[in-house]
Amino acid sequence: MAHPLHAVIAQTEQVILGKPRQIRLALTCLLARGHLLIEDLPGVGKTTLAHVLAKTLGLQFQRIQFTSDMLPADILGVSIYQRDSGEFKFHAGPIFAQMILADEVNRATPKTQSALLEAMEEQQVTSEGETRPLPTPFFVIATQNPTNQIGTFPLPESQLDRFLMRIQLGYPDAQAERGLLAGIERRDLIANLKPQMETAELMALQKQVRQVLVSPALLDYAQAILRHTRESARYVHGLSPRAGLSLLAAARAWALLDGRNAAIPEDIQAVLPGVASHRLQSVQDVHTSDGDKLARELIEAVAIP
Amino acid sequence: MKLNAALTFGLIACILLVSAPHAEHLPLWISTVCVALLAWRAYLTWGGYPLPARWLLLSVTVACVLAIAVTFRTLFGREVGVALLILLSTLKLLELKAVRDATVLIYLSCFIIITNFFYSQSIPTAMFMLLTLLVIMATWVHMQTGTLALRPRLRIAIVLLLQAIPLSLIIFVLFPRVQGPLWGMPQDAYATSGLSDTMAPGSVSKLSLSDAVAFRVAFNDTVPLREQMYWRGPVLWDYDGMTWTRGNNATLRQPTLSDTSLPVDYTVTLEPHNKRWLFAMDMPAKISISAEMAPDFQLLSRRPVTARTRYDASSLLSYRASLEEPPQQLQRALTLPQGYNPQARRLAAEWRVQSDSPEALIRTALAYFNQQEFEYTLEPPPLGINGVDEFLFETKKGFCEHYAGSFVVLMRAAGIPARVVTGYQGGEFNELGGYFIIRQADAHAWAEVWLRERGWVRVDPTAAISPERIQNGLSSALPDNAALPFMARNPSEWLRSMRLNWDALSNQWNQWVLGYNTERQFAFLTRMGMEEITWQKMALNMLAGIALLVGVFTLVMLRRLAARRTDAVQAAWLKVCRKLEKAGLPRAPHEGPMDYAARIAAAHPDLAEDIYDIAARYASLRYGGEAEQDGLPAFKDAVRAFKL
Repeated sequence: MAHPLHAVIAQTEQVILGKPRQIRLALTCLLARGHLLIEDLPGVGKTTLAHVLAKTLGLQFQRIQFTSDMLPADILGVSIYQRDSGEFKFHAGPIFAQMILADEVNRATPKTQSALLEAMEEQQVTSEGETRPLPTPFFVIATQNPTNQIGTFPLPESQLDRFLMRIQLGYPDAQAERGLLAGIERRDLIANLKPQMETAELMALQKQVRQVLVSPALLDYAQAILRHTRESARYVHGLSPRAGLSLLAAARAWALLDGRNAAIPEDIQAVLPGVASHRLQSVQDVHTSDGDKLARELIEAVAIP
Repeated sequence: MKLNAALTFGLIACILLVSAPHAEHLPLWISTVCVALLAWRAYLTWGGYPLPARWLLLSVTVACVLAIAVTFRTLFGREVGVALLILLSTLKLLELKAVRDATVLIYLSCFIIITNFFYSQSIPTAMFMLLTLLVIMATWVHMQTGTLALRPRLRIAIVLLLQAIPLSLIIFVLFPRVQGPLWGMPQDAYATSGLSDTMAPGSVSKLSLSDAVAFRVAFNDTVPLREQMYWRGPVLWDYDGMTWTRGNNATLRQPTLSDTSLPVDYTVTLEPHNKRWLFAMDMPAKISISAEMAPDFQLLSRRPVTARTRYDASSLLSYRASLEEPPQQLQRALTLPQGYNPQARRLAAEWRVQSDSPEALIRTALAYFNQQEFEYTLEPPPLGINGVDEFLFETKKGFCEHYAGSFVVLMRAAGIPARVVTGYQGGEFNELGGYFIIRQADAHAWAEVWLRERGWVRVDPTAAISPERIQNGLSSALPDNAALPFMARNPSEWLRSMRLNWDALSNQWNQWVLGYNTERQFAFLTRMGMEEITWQKMALNMLAGIALLVGVFTLVMLRRLAARRTDAVQAAWLKVCRKLEKAGLPRAPHEGPMDYAARIAAAHPDLAEDIYDIAARYASLRYGGEAEQDGLPAFKDAVRAFKL
């Protein structure tokens, strides 16, 4: 039943080499109707991943390169006075697309960032008193440079929470890198990609995700994880209820991606690094943000009830 | 369970809190060394530095023990034991390496809690120790649970302490009490201020600066007037020109009371004062504990009063005392040292000629004190060899011991048998508790004269100079700027009532917690309906009560566990896990069924099919919403059939 998804994954893996887990997480995020934050160094393939996904899924794609002099109107659009008709006409901004790549989102000022994040949250844009809905499906992949780089406005914690997941790509392993260096130019590869799925099909899958079963036993496990983050002295704050909802939504999507119609603890464990790493902060080392390690520790600390 | 910095800080806090009250009585160097060692330990933890080397620790330990041996000149006894315990516990922190060491420190802290009660058993001490116990428990929970945050850690500790309350109540009520105070066992002569059996100028006024409680009195029905409340202590007969002493009674005959009326019954709770005498109001007739009555109506206990003592007594306010005093005793009551105080003797001789009866002479003497310019003060000028002369004719400033002493000298010089009585006068009424508090500041001295028809009659010369002292207490009798214990003044109504409420609470604590002795235990248990109480019976009841409580707790816990275990699916799955665990492949607590199956399959390819099947069935039943009646039998069969 998840055949078209397999095709999507297979095609993406041909371009993005050696990152099957990250690809699946990105798709999970999309299926769970969340937004994705990719945080890594420049040049590891963040943009390529977004591009490939858009192409493969057959979604309208817009890339917004964030800069420090960007204004909210540059994203949302602006009404311009038409001399001949004597009226204001709304010129839609780049956000009116099904898939947005918000590149280097932490280079923009907080004001511009929050314009994007509000649009993400509401799935609509309000400008000059008029509310305009954004297309569906609507999926934002934001990329962010590591926050200790110069000239960045790191997203505050409350904004990070709007992203369902944050993943890191990391350097490819030797074999994948060899393939990358020896192979065809990625740009050409992308240009030749064919959509593997209809938009309607994607939306049906999104609906299906919501019907994946979460049993009371699994809820116990999810709650045990949330409780542990709140009671443990390891973390600055525990996970919020919204994080709990995100965790379950992502686990459902992961289960569907795996071809199951019920979520199991392994699904929660698979998505937990993506869902929890940007929401948890270790007490001991506030500056390094090795969220994956933290999430791994969290998994190992909580017994499955 | 791992030792981390937070746990080490917790242990440091435990030792610090539990040892802190000991600083009051330990030699200063021990406290200083302990604080230095704790600070050193905290610094090492904070910076993540290694612990000191073994030889260094060993030499510090040997040096400390030697220093203690030198300071106390022994290595045995309560004081030394406490000092050693605290120093060595502190040193133990410096070799904190394994979890075992931390456990030892937790137990040591609990033990040091007990030692604090050797020195003080007051409510604040108990509260502080309860708080300390909470910190110790929280640290212990921390040790057991690893990374739990402070708040849930404290919650568990509080729950544990709350669960301990019913158990400790049972043990408190039913544990067979030994006669005598447990804490007083090693008889240390700790100095307490109180009345002594000698009186010299300044000895009573010195006491007036102490607001320590001497004893508390609850009257059964009639409450006498304040000016009738003369609490009789040591009676002083012998005078050497400077100091009054008790001397030796010339008779062993019991004193007699006749023409008595106005009986008063009351209960005294006497604070320990390390002397033998017991206090009762003039004139004592009966006392509920075994005590002897000296020929001068002084009550003496068999042993020094080293623990808080409670007794019922009854007194007679109107009496004729010892009408038939033996002549040797009367002779003692007339003796004056030769060659001292000539002026006073001359004055007394004049009075004797002028007066036609002893009563008239006493009136003259009191009138003399009243009409001359005598002053009642806490800070009288020092007196020389002929102290009474100097006081009567020059300085004219004195406290009650000056008046009582000089009055008796005058009486004896005039040929009237007289003696000094010391004790307490008055008291403060606590309305909340319904009892009187008699403090050291209420210490007083007065005189008794023997008249042929009336026996020993109390005469209080202080009343002639300062009637307010007798009617309203010390603070009203002194000028406002006199140095007085803070508590003896009436600073403000609010503070006064606070103090009285606090004292009422302490009194309840003394009576029912500390004073819960064999006698009270029997009375209480009888009222609860126990018959023919023996210690065996109490012990059995106690064990039964504990067993019952532990049983109830166990049942509650078992039910909670059962609620978790009744899940048949889970039980079958755990069976598989146990089978595999025996084969050396235990499931990690966080490992999901499919991951576990994959791991087993990798390790034992021959089992792969079976274990995947079982894991899938389990996942389907537990997480996949499959109904138990459909899937459970097959799952159980698969589990039963599963063999390694």
